[in-house]
Amino acid sequence: MPEAVAGEALVEIDGAERIFGGGRNILGRRKPAVHAVQDVSIEVMKGETLGIVGESGCGKSTLARLLVGLDAPTGGTIRFGGEDVFGEKMDHRRLARRVQYVFQDPVSSLNPRKTIRTILEAPLVHLLGKNRRERAERLSELMDAVNLAPEFLDRYPHEFSGGQAQRIGIARALAADPELIVLDEPVSALDVSVQAQVLNILDGLKSRFGLTYVFISHDLSVVESVSDRVAVMYFGRIVEIGPGRGVFRAPRHPYTRLLLKSAPAPGRKSLIPEDADTELPDPYDPPPGCAFHARCPRGTEICMKEVPPLDPAPGAPAHLSACYHPHGED
Amino acid sequence: MLSYIAKRLLAAIPVLFGLTVIVFLIMAMIPGDPATAILGSYATPDNVERLNRELGLDKSLPQQYVIWLGNLLHGDFGRSYTLNRPVIDEVMERFSATLILAGTSLLLCSVLGLLAGVVSAVRQYSWADKAITFVVLVGISVPSFWLGLILILFFAVKWQLFPASGMYAIYGGGDLKDLAYHLVLPAFTLAVVATGVIARLTRTAMLEVLRQDFIRTARAKGVSERGVIYRHAFKAALVTIIPVIGIQAGFVLGGAVYIETVFQWPGIGSMLVKAISTRDLLLVQGGVLVVAAAYVLFNLAADVIQTILDPRLR
Amino acid sequence: MAEAAAVGARPQKKRRSGRPSAWGLLFNNTLATAGLLVFGLVVIVALAAPVLPLPDPDATAPADRLLRPLAEGHLLGTDALGRDILSRLVWGTRVSLAVGISATLIAAFFGSLIGLVAGYAGGRADTLLMRGIDMVMAFPYILLALAIVAVLGPGLLNALYAIAVVNIPFFARNIRGIALGLSRREFVDAARLSGKSNVQILLVEVLPNVLPVIIITMSTTIGWMILETAGLSFLGLGAQPPQADLGSMLGEGRKILFTAPHVSVIPGLMIFALVMSINLLGDGVRDVLDPRLKSGALTRPVARTAVMRDAVPDIVPQEGALLDVQGLRTEFRLGGDVYRAVGGIDLHIREGECLGIVGESGSGKSVSAMSIMGLVPTPPGRIAGGAALLDGEDLFAASDERIRQLRGGAVSYVFQDPLSTLHPLFTVGRQLVEAIQAHEPVARRKAEEKARSLLDLVRIPNPAERLKSYPHELSGGMRQRVCIAMALANDARILIADEPTTALDVTVQAQVLSLLGKLRKERRAGILFITHDFGVVSAICDRIAVMYAGRFVETGGTEEILSSPAHPYTAKLIDCVPVLGEPERRLDAIEGRPPMVNALPEGCAFAPRCPRAEDDCRKGAIPMVELAEGRSVRCLHPLWGEADA
Repeated sequence: MPEAVAGEALVEIDGAERIFGGGRNILGRRKPAVHAVQDVSIEVMKGETLGIVGESGCGKSTLARLLVGLDAPTGGTIRFGGEDVFGEKMDHRRLARRVQYVFQDPVSSLNPRKTIRTILEAPLVHLLGKNRRERAERLSELMDAVNLAPEFLDRYPHEFSGGQAQRIGIARALAADPELIVLDEPVSALDVSVQAQVLNILDGLKSRFGLTYVFISHDLSVVESVSDRVAVMYFGRIVEIGPGRGVFRAPRHPYTRLLLKSAPAPGRKSLIPEDADTELPDPYDPPPGCAFHARCPRGTEICMKEVPPLDPAPGAPAHLSACYHPHGED
Repeated sequence: MLSYIAKRLLAAIPVLFGLTVIVFLIMAMIPGDPATAILGSYATPDNVERLNRELGLDKSLPQQYVIWLGNLLHGDFGRSYTLNRPVIDEVMERFSATLILAGTSLLLCSVLGLLAGVVSAVRQYSWADKAITFVVLVGISVPSFWLGLILILFFAVKWQLFPASGMYAIYGGGDLKDLAYHLVLPAFTLAVVATGVIARLTRTAMLEVLRQDFIRTARAKGVSERGVIYRHAFKAALVTIIPVIGIQAGFVLGGAVYIETVFQWPGIGSMLVKAISTRDLLLVQGGVLVVAAAYVLFNLAADVIQTILDPRLR
Repeated sequence: MAEAAAVGARPQKKRRSGRPSAWGLLFNNTLATAGLLVFGLVVIVALAAPVLPLPDPDATAPADRLLRPLAEGHLLGTDALGRDILSRLVWGTRVSLAVGISATLIAAFFGSLIGLVAGYAGGRADTLLMRGIDMVMAFPYILLALAIVAVLGPGLLNALYAIAVVNIPFFARNIRGIALGLSRREFVDAARLSGKSNVQILLVEVLPNVLPVIIITMSTTIGWMILETAGLSFLGLGAQPPQADLGSMLGEGRKILFTAPHVSVIPGLMIFALVMSINLLGDGVRDVLDPRLKSGALTRPVARTAVMRDAVPDIVPQEGALLDVQGLRTEFRLGGDVYRAVGGIDLHIREGECLGIVGESGSGKSVSAMSIMGLVPTPPGRIAGGAALLDGEDLFAASDERIRQLRGGAVSYVFQDPLSTLHPLFTVGRQLVEAIQAHEPVARRKAEEKARSLLDLVRIPNPAERLKSYPHELSGGMRQRVCIAMALANDARILIADEPTTALDVTVQAQVLSLLGKLRKERRAGILFITHDFGVVSAICDRIAVMYAGRFVETGGTEEILSSPAHPYTAKLIDCVPVLGEPERRLDAIEGRPPMVNALPEGCAFAPRCPRAEDDCRKGAIPMVELAEGRSVRCLHPLWGEADA
């Protein structure tokens, strides 16, 4: 596989920012604000799987919701196929025909009072305006694509296991025939034996329908196994991004290294922990400079003052990291 | 903590403000000539003219409201035409009687309700639980005004254990003992429904809490079952019960209308009923405002207690 | 592969027995059925009033005034104007019912509408609507109704409006809470991505889920409404003469209470019977529609799991084992079904040893761990067989007080979610002190001192300050450290950790795991570690037991099992997980799903999913066979070391 996935950008995110809360109250005092996503710029290439990893609260799910238009950024732009996602010409139906979403909790993403048929038909009716015969055809295609027997169509969500429900969630995302599917922790709620079923199905669908994936997970090994490129998020920002192999084999950002060292793996005896008293920074009161510096063994004075820019690694232009003192340069 | 209480007190001000707006609007809804409507058909032209001036009826509605509110803030609630005395005097006199009755009832229903609920939850499915559940259901289904009549019929008329009406004996009474004696039947009657509501809620809240993970933790660290129930579970359950007790204060204050009528308790409730039937609307307005304000303060107290209990709310 | 998946994904057979229909449930409830009967009867009689052979309810007959009940021609007697009480009762009930039901419908419609819109729209609209509702609620309930009647003037219709208006906030608040919760559910986002508009989502997705709550709220308020309208009529502010409802009959009778009590007692009894029947029915409806009550989630668990062993087994304690569990069986009885969550497991832990139980959700690993100290909730759980020996003492035969002493003493627990396992209303310090004082009668000051050193031990910075913190003020990792400190408060010899790191981020997980490993070495405590993650197992456990459908299928040393699993399930479980550093590895999924423990197949529980299964796997009990020193497997056709059958 080439170091950089060459090709056409499907999504261009430029300086995206999402702040929750904020503003002022009646008395003019500032309300607390959380910067969930700050200054994120990425391109998603046609046909690739972009993995996004990070720990809870790093902003990866918020970024995912921005991508499908479930939430609007407070700054920056997101362009889909050259069109501004939040521009005047883009209404939510138009966007939904091109980008779809698979949720983390498969059971909660299915309305308990609707049959699977009603759930799967909704995008066909509202997005594609298909007639009854076309819908029936499409439904059997979809059920086949996710390996479910057609007799499931008239059942209710509570009759399904987590793995089956997630396959229904995938079928719904596929229904509108989108170009991009954002997968937000699609296997985290599933038992390990079921995870593999779902991952394999996703893999098959991608080549069969020529899809592009944005795959979000906290599980490094899952992300590594599915992604062409990987972005690592910490505290609302991308700290490292590059081809999966480069990021996982030769991580440049100290945070990526810490993540990789902490991840348990069968046969790995001891995990090397960091010091106990290092805590995540306060999201209401973010530190100036690099958010990781308090936990970073390599931090120097400049890290506390200015936010490090995302710079390419020497000799690997597609592998960027936001660190003044990256690994592999000393 | 203190700053939180101060904040809650400040937040109560717009609520009180809102109360006056609602009362004002209700009064403004009166069809026909307001002055005649307020004063009723017995009004002398003199009175009507004075009231028209008082209400500033030539002005716009917001202006009228500001004038009206300004008068309220000066303690000027107008004059009752049936009693021919300032509304504020009558209301305050009556209100103390209501407060005694409602306060006693609230205390009674909180204690009885919590007790019954806890016993019912801890001994779930026992005879005690079934008996309590049934009695509670009877309590919330029985019309309190009718229960009052039945109690009078038996306890006052038939067995002559307690007085049937009034707050003090007409001859020779007037001390605390006399008051307590007169208080028994009405306070109990008024507390019945609220006791039922609190008992039901306490039972559910206790059962819910006893299923929580932190109860398992308490057991896993060797806390005795008494400690688990009364220290861990009860405190957590109280957090959901306290606001409901606050709401019950409203039911008790409102229910006083019936009970005071039945037992001829000289409180604000019986005053209101009379005032409504004689269409002494200024008296109605004054009484409603004062009781509603008292209720806001009750709820405020419940809020503060809940905050003391639950650090997550601070 | 597609074929295999389709086979595995065949729909489960519908199980009707476990979940009776809503009507079935309602009729099972004797009280609710009684309520329904009484209410139905009252409604039918009230509806039939015009065709019943009753005298005119308003016809006065001064000669027949105040006849007692059972008088000739007047079954319930007559009132002060000589009107027939029975006839007035029937017609009055008709009026009361009509008013109560209409008021409920009006309040339910407007209240639910406000609640739905506020909950779904959120933001400004929500704040505005709810502030308005709060204002209305700031009035004592009945008082506002009085004020409205005072302005509109007395009359039945005005009373109806007043009662409906004051009940709107009640519906609005209830429905808003539910709608708010539902609107944040992922299926609402999913519907939006399916192209539905806001109105469509509100009406088609949210409303059907709110409907049961509206019905519950209606069934619980309708009794109230009838009481309140009766109350207003009683005060003379509702129904005006000559029209009568139950309340005004009572009010008229009140004046002659002492001379003719039956005139007021009878309508009062009628109101009571009507409201009681509605409340009984309402409770029944609520029990049927409320999912929490249906699943029995509101039964109180007792302090200790019930022990109902068929026979107390003869036990030879394992040499050198601190904790020795033999043949443990734990069951749950729900409805008519018996769920055999733990179907007979043996395990032992030596001093300073860490045993891991690995399994998927529903395999019974947590129930096994909870059973040891009787922490499985009863009802519905019970220990049905086997023994757990701590230093040779049978824990299932010990007294409740003895178990209390051992809990948190010799045997302590660390649970999965550190936020829900700590009491939210007590400080960390108080919870630690309590753990210490439950086992040692030390003074508070001394216990606090010890609590501080415990926090030091688990490497919490600034322990003196942290003692004063509440759990919600700490991060997840810190909370789990507090839980560990609490487990160590009394020199535990066995630490049972149930997925202690599953809820934590990886970097925090690494910290907590290394802390546990260090403490185990320093304190020589044995650890029983429950997890689903082979990676975590590698980091801390000496030996592991792999659990499937309530039984161990393989036990042995961690490294040996990981490098050469003998049971097909173990091998598949290892192979289906992606491994860091090996992205090219093909994931080998296990098709199908584990059996339900209330309907276990005969023979090997894994056989239906197992590629190596043969006919003999599907019958008889499969024994645990020792393959090598310290390695056992429950399989007739293991991957190596063919068992001697």
